[in-house]
Amino acid sequence: MTDTKKLTVNGLEVEFTDERNLLEVIRKAGIDLPTFCYHSELSIYGACRLCLVLVEGRGIMAACSTAPAEGMVIHTETKELREMRKINIELLLANHDRECTTCSKSAVCALQNIARRLGVHDVRFKSPKRTDPIDTSSPSLDRNPNKCILCGDCVRVCSEIQGIGAIDFANRGSNARVAPAFNADLGKVECVNCGQCAAVCPTGALLPHDDTEKVWNALYDCSKTVVVQIAPSVRVGLGEMFGCKVGENVAGKLVAALKLMGFKYVYDTNFTADMTIFEEATEFIDRFTKKEKLPLFTSCCPAWVKYAESYFPEFLPNISSCRSPQGMFGAVAQEVLPQQLGCKREDLVVVSIMPCTAKKFEAKLPKLATNGKPDVDIVITTVEVGRMIHSMGIDLNDLEPQAFDMPMGLATGGGVIFGASGGVMEAALRFAVEKITGETLKNVDFKMVRGMNNRKTATLNVAGNEVKVAVVYGLAAAKKLLNEIKSGESQFDFVEVMACPGGCISGGGQPYGATNEIRKQRQNGLYTIDATSQLKKSQENYMVDKCYAEHLGGGAGSHKAHELLHTRYQNRSQLFDAKLPIIRGTKDNRLAVTVTIPTKGDNAAATELLGAVSQYVKESGYADSVDLDAAFTAENVNCVTVDCEEIAASIDSVKEAIEKGVKAL
Amino acid sequence: MQETIEKTREEVQRLAAVNEILERNNYDQSRLIPILQQVQEVFKYLPKDAITYVATSLDLPVAHVYGVATFYAHFSLNPKGKHIIRLCDGTACHVKKSSGIREKLYEKLGLSDDNRTSSDLMFTVDIVSCLGACGLAPVMVVDEVVHGQATPELAAELIDKIRAEESAA
Ligand code: SF4
Ligand code: SF4
Ligand code: SF4
Ligand code: FES
Ligand code: FES
Repeated sequence: MTDTKKLTVNGLEVEFTDERNLLEVIRKAGIDLPTFCYHSELSIYGACRLCLVLVEGRGIMAACSTAPAEGMVIHTETKELREMRKINIELLLANHDRECTTCSKSAVCALQNIARRLGVHDVRFKSPKRTDPIDTSSPSLDRNPNKCILCGDCVRVCSEIQGIGAIDFANRGSNARVAPAFNADLGKVECVNCGQCAAVCPTGALLPHDDTEKVWNALYDCSKTVVVQIAPSVRVGLGEMFGCKVGENVAGKLVAALKLMGFKYVYDTNFTADMTIFEEATEFIDRFTKKEKLPLFTSCCPAWVKYAESYFPEFLPNISSCRSPQGMFGAVAQEVLPQQLGCKREDLVVVSIMPCTAKKFEAKLPKLATNGKPDVDIVITTVEVGRMIHSMGIDLNDLEPQAFDMPMGLATGGGVIFGASGGVMEAALRFAVEKITGETLKNVDFKMVRGMNNRKTATLNVAGNEVKVAVVYGLAAAKKLLNEIKSGESQFDFVEVMACPGGCISGGGQPYGATNEIRKQRQNGLYTIDATSQLKKSQENYMVDKCYAEHLGGGAGSHKAHELLHTRYQNRSQLFDAKLPIIRGTKDNRLAVTVTIPTKGDNAAATELLGAVSQYVKESGYADSVDLDAAFTAENVNCVTVDCEEIAASIDSVKEAIEKGVKAL
Repeated sequence: MQETIEKTREEVQRLAAVNEILERNNYDQSRLIPILQQVQEVFKYLPKDAITYVATSLDLPVAHVYGVATFYAHFSLNPKGKHIIRLCDGTACHVKKSSGIREKLYEKLGLSDDNRTSSDLMFTVDIVSCLGACGLAPVMVVDEVVHGQATPELAAELIDKIRAEESAA
């Protein structure tokens, strides 16, 4: 039991117990002190100076970095404080590209809201217009440094929650910026596209990339058949943009809105989430029985996959080869729909609505394309579809709900809970336990993997076997777990990883302003849909069965299923090495070839190989089309990649890969 | 082929110097600043590959190390010229018109405030604050030799002299 203590805020007595700082106590008292740099899940930075309060006997202090104490007397609204806050905002605005009317953050922008709340009607300081280039190199996010107020929220999310640190403060004084290393393009660094930086950014400095125009253009093109898939989390997030209760399921209304927009068919990503379970749980049972390549890691989250490709390539064989549900949907749609809908393959446009910014990146991966045409053509986020609905002047609440189109509109509870951290694991267990025991699973709830804890573990007894599972979210938590597995400190059979806090329900494309309370309610929304579904196990999805029978070689794990529903991973670990350019091609499209040279110990073989590769490239006449780099690392690894795919470190296999790669350019 | 192998060996040797520094500092993340200082001593500036290499070896994000390297004024991310000219712009020297010398140097070497190293990597001009020799103002230090009561003409002469020596060598 923690003792209850008291302090006074603006003359009112407020009780507190273990609140970390004055700010939390004051907010508990119902006073919403403005802040930019405070997020309860992040460390305290104390830079924005908005949360200033007067503590009697101690003076003016930042509430976020002051511990509450018994008997403190606090004022939040003195003349001096109001004036100081206003000046702070004015200083920020003086240095800000204030084009609110064309800024997609407008209306949910904290800077705009606080300026309005504090009554800042004039900016008394003049400063030159900021003209830093806007970074649109990433398929997932746009970075506009001219709108950055240096609150550091994104920096802390990326390093503390994701354990990455792709962006940080650089330079000093008036040149200070938040940027990737060497001010490089965000699309070319270790960023995994999770969008959590954009989710905490108070301004329009970091925004999910907008692809709505592409969707409108496809819809207006009469020669196209435009279909759409909706991810699980979208239905429990979108409502927030239309004043619905947090976590309310608006799937039916969204289907209606999309039909109004002109989408021919509206399908459910939950269908391929169920299909993912067929494939992935089958993969798990196989590996578990053979005790091979364990733990198996889930592969639904493209941010996690890119993270593993960059930081833990040694675990790539452990990651399920299943495409994400979005990727599976794309492949199945391209295979099945042209014939079913009577359109040509090149006239089929597959749109995805995702809670996730990383899915924009995933859809652009060349390996998720068929004959050069991406399996998913356009990915938009929950917020983007919300904006499209707004722009049509309709209120989601006024629409009569409609059902998804069949057959890819049928889904089970197992598919819908994919959006919550622990959901993929639970759905896979519903499948695997039943298959391993050979008995009908009566209680389908695996509550130990649910909830807002960023690390959940359980040991199950399945037909006399111990199955150890772990569920983590946030890549910093994943990193910790991976290191424990690497060192042998922890041992698991099956691990689910999601990058975003609480799972995809708080993906970078969901409505702005998620807190843990909101995340919980969105998760509950998904579990309610599950609880009220007649079909709860993915294996009960008879439409998936039918799809396998008619199009996918009969069942999970078939050759055809493998071809369409699985993928392979890249080794991106050389991204971080010191590079020495050996050959620089001149053509626009070039093949990247990188040979790792360990700087410690024996590197004679690697150096020879690099020499032989450079000679081959020159003599074969490919020098125009190849960028050859040496990558130097202190670690003792021999890694050769061609177009990011790891190749056996022998001159013959490298030659073969280069030849193939150059021809495919 | 031989050329590539040579180049690669050279780079391994360059980085061996960094390895040594890292080892001397026990790969201690909290010693990032001294590590960067020592790296800068070896290369005269902080080359991109060295920054990246230090970051990965210490298991720190590259953006963080880049942030530290760009925060402190005494780190330089640009290569320095073979000859370093330090021109004082402290109060005393400023009053005695050090700016005329600066302009002369910039003009002769094709430099500006944003670009202080000549394109042939022969000269770097650093503008510094008080060198502690105010009695001699304006002061300029060329390759560690102090020149008091400097003038634009003297600056031009010194540069011509170095150039002549370099082309004779
Ligand atoms: S970031 Fe906010 S204040 Fe700035 S232009 Fe956009 S909406 Fe306006
Ligand atoms: S998208 Fe994710 S990984 Fe990329 S900078 Fe933002 S928080 Fe970091
Ligand atoms: S957790 Fe979900 S929303 Fe977040 S990056 Fe991964 S797939 Fe996207
Ligand atoms: S919230 Fe306290 S200083 Fe920003
Ligand atoms: S001001 Fe130049 S030496 Fe003191």
